[in-house]
Amino acid sequence: MSEGLPPETSPDPGARRARGGLRRRAHATTRGQTGAGWLFITPMIVILGLFLVLPIFMALWVSVSDWTGRGSPFAGTTAFVGGENYQELLTGGGLAQRDFATSVRNNVYYVILVVPTQTLISLLLAVLVNQRILKGRGFFRTAFYFPSVTSSVAITVVFLFLFSASGAVNKAVSYVGANGPNWINDPRGLLHIILGAFGADSPPAALQEAPFLGLSWWNWLAGPSITMTVYIIMAIFTTSGTFMLLFLAALQNISGDIEEAALVDGTNAWQRLWLVTVPMLKPTTFTVITLGLIGTWQVFDQIYTGTRGSPSKTTLTPAYLSYETSFNSQQWGQGAAIAFILFAIIVVMTILQRIILRDPDTVPKRKRFVLSDAGGSGSAATGAGGAPPAGAAKIEGGTS
Amino acid sequence: MTQRTTSRRRRLLSVATGGAAALALAACGGSGFGGGGGGGGGGEAGGDLEILIGSSGDAETTAVKDAVAAWSEESGTGASVSVAADLAQQLSQGFASGNPPDLFYVSTDFFPGYAANGSLLPYGAQLDNADDFYPTLADSFTYDGELYCAPKDFSTLALAINTDQWTAAGLTEDDYPTTWEELKTVATTLTTGDTTGLTFGPEWQRVGTFMAQAGGHLVDDEGHADVDTPENLEALTYVKDLLTSGALKYPSDLGAGWGGEAFGLGTAAMTIEGNWLVGTMENDYPDVAYTVVPLPEGPGGPGTLQFTNCWGISADSANQEAAVELVQHLTSGEQQMTFAQAFGVMPSVESVADQWKEEFPEQAPFLDGADGAQGFPPIEGIADVISDFNAQIEGLKSGDPQAILTSVQSTLEAVAP
Repeated sequence: MSEGLPPETSPDPGARRARGGLRRRAHATTRGQTGAGWLFITPMIVILGLFLVLPIFMALWVSVSDWTGRGSPFAGTTAFVGGENYQELLTGGGLAQRDFATSVRNNVYYVILVVPTQTLISLLLAVLVNQRILKGRGFFRTAFYFPSVTSSVAITVVFLFLFSASGAVNKAVSYVGANGPNWINDPRGLLHIILGAFGADSPPAALQEAPFLGLSWWNWLAGPSITMTVYIIMAIFTTSGTFMLLFLAALQNISGDIEEAALVDGTNAWQRLWLVTVPMLKPTTFTVITLGLIGTWQVFDQIYTGTRGSPSKTTLTPAYLSYETSFNSQQWGQGAAIAFILFAIIVVMTILQRIILRDPDTVPKRKRFVLSDAGGSGSAATGAGGAPPAGAAKIEGGTS
Repeated sequence: MTQRTTSRRRRLLSVATGGAAALALAACGGSGFGGGGGGGGGGEAGGDLEILIGSSGDAETTAVKDAVAAWSEESGTGASVSVAADLAQQLSQGFASGNPPDLFYVSTDFFPGYAANGSLLPYGAQLDNADDFYPTLADSFTYDGELYCAPKDFSTLALAINTDQWTAAGLTEDDYPTTWEELKTVATTLTTGDTTGLTFGPEWQRVGTFMAQAGGHLVDDEGHADVDTPENLEALTYVKDLLTSGALKYPSDLGAGWGGEAFGLGTAAMTIEGNWLVGTMENDYPDVAYTVVPLPEGPGGPGTLQFTNCWGISADSANQEAAVELVQHLTSGEQQMTFAQAFGVMPSVESVADQWKEEFPEQAPFLDGADGAQGFPPIEGIADVISDFNAQIEGLKSGDPQAILTSVQSTLEAVAP
């Protein structure tokens, strides 16, 4: 926000000192410009402050207070309770902790399955519709993007119909002689089903312990329930198109010369995709994964429209639990605390991902993670865990 | 802009229909009005009443609007009824902003929370007819020994039977189940091909009937958690037994959203539902012939569950006096009979019970269960415990009844030690 502020727009101070007579006027001009700058950004500051910053601080206060939902949270009747709400969620040992742990588990599986899959699919779709020889490119681009512009509520309702016990999906499955599960009401976890197939349908003693957030290891290892899988499929279906658009824009920025150069170097199509195109898409990949992480951790509207946590709480997510805890159970402090823990999770995930994906060549320029020098950056980054794409250096050498 | 126009039109409409209703009621000579209208003059000072309801449908909305408009005409206090899209959310916003509606529906699961945070006005003692409410209903809205709000009506659960499928299976009226054993037998008999014998939702709000019939409950008379008992274990074991035998299936396994839908579609021959089933069958499945019988008795005798809402008055309301008068009018025997005729609920006052049974003889089993019916215990935080219980009941078929009860006991002890 403060980035919108114009910096000291005065000319070089040395020059000012030299032209002493102009100093006064220059100073006045600067002051005028500063004033104008403030004037121009005031509406934005007011709007953001009123509708973004203030509510965030209000929520932060609620998360450390015992506000009961009646009257203003800043009224005298609301007391500061410190970390009590957070403690109840993280170490309380009660229902609140178990629900929170369950919701985190559900969302972890959702993120793990959705983010990589949608990134891969959107990349492949983008490469496909970027082919110059493809006929009807416009049609395919529109078709793949279409689910993204449709309301998530409408898509959820359609999916609930498709996946109902006697719905279209189970009809299709029955044609190949199989019996589809009761998709939107099957709480069995996928991993439990797989383990069950090998005869392990009850937890060994070691997995019955519950040292982490009050949920037993066996429950952490349940995997996404069949119902959650429906949401996972839906998320991949709807968001792949959006990210395809990002990849497509990036692909069109790659000049044809590079591909020609790679051709001259005798690469085949597969090598060009993985060793030329994909490394050059790295900034876009970073954006896509970041947006994907944030979006998947905040999943709410599908759950709210659809199953609302059922069956057996396997579609409960932290975002929905926060709503439920606040509005339905009147535990506003806990609801706000869930929202801030979710915020922390998202920030940590994004930073982790940034460290893993950081580019050894561009990082020193941005001076974010200062490395020794440009020449040694490759090996330094490898040591730090960011493996440089093997082909990148070679290809760059070829193109220059 | 459009919203304002619509609301103005709606208000105009409600005034018009209200006038007509007032005329009609005056023609009937409703004597219950005198009490409501007499003190109306005092209410004018506090301004108009805003009423927020969570309606079950057009029939209920119209009936409530008519009744309120008639009262408004009589008392001279303005009153407008709006229908909430999400009652809990809208009420929460109202309480937080300090500007809630004056009068609103409060469900049993939200009641303890609102009573605990002081949002509700405990006006029960001010009502003339406070003693006329069924004691079990009044208990549901009593917090800290005080009756907070007046139950507006109620429903109980009974067993609905599809008579065509019943006779097709070679059963007669003598076979109506009166014990758990008989219920299991007829459910098994009725389970053929695409039809399942019995269905009901996977929730305490249905399974709880079996707990009541076994002599169990969620909390004892003093309000202490009492879930982990042999009675409840017997009930859950019986339900699990029905599930594993295939004679009982949850509605979702039949491709239906709730028991009434599966029953109407004919995929289940019997269901355990409340009075609202009558309206559904009439509107959505008019061709299905069915009958309602009392739930069978278990080892602990008869038992069922009841569901109710109350008329909550906001503690922040500027015109509490008029609001109480309006509640007095809305919960009077006559007015409740009008509601019963309009949208199929049962009056919450005992004085018109016989009149109701006379008018709706085929629904008598619902009212017969009222005496021993168990309701939602008015304990803060119990809604979360029950929804956790429900989540475990969903997995009852493959679950361990004892483990479920142990876990629910420990979570319930946290809110009701």
